[in-house]
Amino acid sequence: MKATGSPGRWLIILPPLIFLLVFFLIPFAFAFKISFAQTAAHVPPFTDVLTVTPEHHWHLSATLANYRYLLTDEVYGVAYLFSLRTAFFSTLICLALGYPMAYAIARAPRATQSVLLLVIMLPFWTSFLLRVYALEGIIRDNGLLNTVLLNLGLIEHPLRIMRTNLAVYLGIIYSYLPFMVLPLFATLEKLDPTLLEAAADLGSPPWRAFLTITLPLSIPGVIAGSMLVFIPAVGEFVIPSLLGGPNNLMIGRVLWDEFFGNHDWPAAAAVAIAFLLLLVGPIAVYQYYNVRQLEA
Amino acid sequence: MERRSSLFLLSVLCLGIAILYIPILVLIGYSFNASPLVNVWGGFSTAWYGQLWHNRQLLEAALLSLEVAVSASTGAVILGTLAAVALVRFARFPGRLLLTGMVNAPLVMPEIITGITQLLLFVSMMQLIAWPHRGFTTIVISHVTFCTAYVTITVQARLASADRSLEEAAMDLGAHPARAFLEITLPIIAPAILSSWLLCFTLSLDDLVISSFVSGPGASTLPMVIYSKVKLGVSPDINALASLIVCAVGGIIIAAGWLMGRAERRRRLEMQLAQQ
Repeated sequence: MKATGSPGRWLIILPPLIFLLVFFLIPFAFAFKISFAQTAAHVPPFTDVLTVTPEHHWHLSATLANYRYLLTDEVYGVAYLFSLRTAFFSTLICLALGYPMAYAIARAPRATQSVLLLVIMLPFWTSFLLRVYALEGIIRDNGLLNTVLLNLGLIEHPLRIMRTNLAVYLGIIYSYLPFMVLPLFATLEKLDPTLLEAAADLGSPPWRAFLTITLPLSIPGVIAGSMLVFIPAVGEFVIPSLLGGPNNLMIGRVLWDEFFGNHDWPAAAAVAIAFLLLLVGPIAVYQYYNVRQLEA
Repeated sequence: MERRSSLFLLSVLCLGIAILYIPILVLIGYSFNASPLVNVWGGFSTAWYGQLWHNRQLLEAALLSLEVAVSASTGAVILGTLAAVALVRFARFPGRLLLTGMVNAPLVMPEIITGITQLLLFVSMMQLIAWPHRGFTTIVISHVTFCTAYVTITVQARLASADRSLEEAAMDLGAHPARAFLEITLPIIAPAILSSWLLCFTLSLDDLVISSFVSGPGASTLPMVIYSKVKLGVSPDINALASLIVCAVGGIIIAAGWLMGRAERRRRLEMQLAQQ
């Protein structure tokens, strides 16, 4: 717009900037502050970290107890590691499944391509919670999978999948697969097919052309897709809660219980802050590739 | 490439699509099962659908969720479009990097973290300025926050690829920049705005985690009610409700996609004719 440099443009910039600042960024500051508070038996259920005395002096009463608790109580360390491992392997499986899917869509004729994309997008638009619930209908002890396998005589006793870690893996892969396919498709689609033709003309076998041309050029898509699966999967709550066993300690679930079960808000805030610090690296990587891709 | 590798790609694609769709189709099948037992087929019945209309708790939750979804997606579309315009059209301004970060971060931020931090904000605000009361308002604010990100990404991509020459021509002919934008560029990005509104609507309608944290007593959205029912075990009326929601959303998305595709082709044709 011509208005560049004029005060008018602040009418465009300020509303989203202020809204996101107040309701997205500043909440982290409050969570940080409350993570140094103690639980209290009033509403809200935590003590004030910063108070102003009647003489207008600032009074700081912070405690590191929540972070100490985080380091000493084994459950948190175990939960963080378990969540990272679950998310990591689910991401790998999503990638193994999603890459060939994205590749197949990218090579399909134009008209088929848009239909296939819609087919992949549609589950992403429909309810996440309901899809996790739908998966339960397949994998529970008397669900479709066991009924079919029993009737075919392939198994004698129902397979125990529900309330196991396998169910959590299946849930994450099933729910997050579209997030892997779409960014991969976006990079594979932009790939210049003449590069592969040139490689073939020069006598390169297809697998080698794939390894030396297609794969390296699709790395931004691989990273974007992996981060879109990995980061939310680490903090996943619905899937371990509905499909996982009682011993499945994903960090999202621990956080939820701390909050709604124990009503220990300061401890939950500390868990959330520690969790966020753990994710800063992956989020930064995602942002870097995302910005680069947008500007490409 | 060789035929063998094409066959491999095709079979993985079919496998992936099967994984995505079989659970939903099975769920819809179950919803017409007359028997309340999940592993027994008791004949075709629509009784579970009929029962939904008598469940006051579900109806009230559905109404609240719809109100939240409409308000949140409308708010998010306004803020997200403004952010997209700012990021695409203004190359340099103080806070640009901050805005880029805040627009992208909610896309990957685990919901549980957003939920907790926003609740702590709302509680602290309540202490300081006695606003907002937890319930409808706080749920809408939270939903606007994460939905804005999706709108900005979608509209930004569309705006960046839009041809600016027509808008510049209008301004050369004396149109005010705001008017040139509203009359020329806005119609071009309208499909992106509309589709992101729909996306926000479905995301808001579906949100469980953030709503659970920021909601107050008495305000239960539909996912919150569904979750607490599902947590207790499979219930056939939830199968019916889930099938209704999935079919309604799926139908709207397909119809919207088709209509927008058609409008887009017509617009391109008109542009071509106008330039001849």
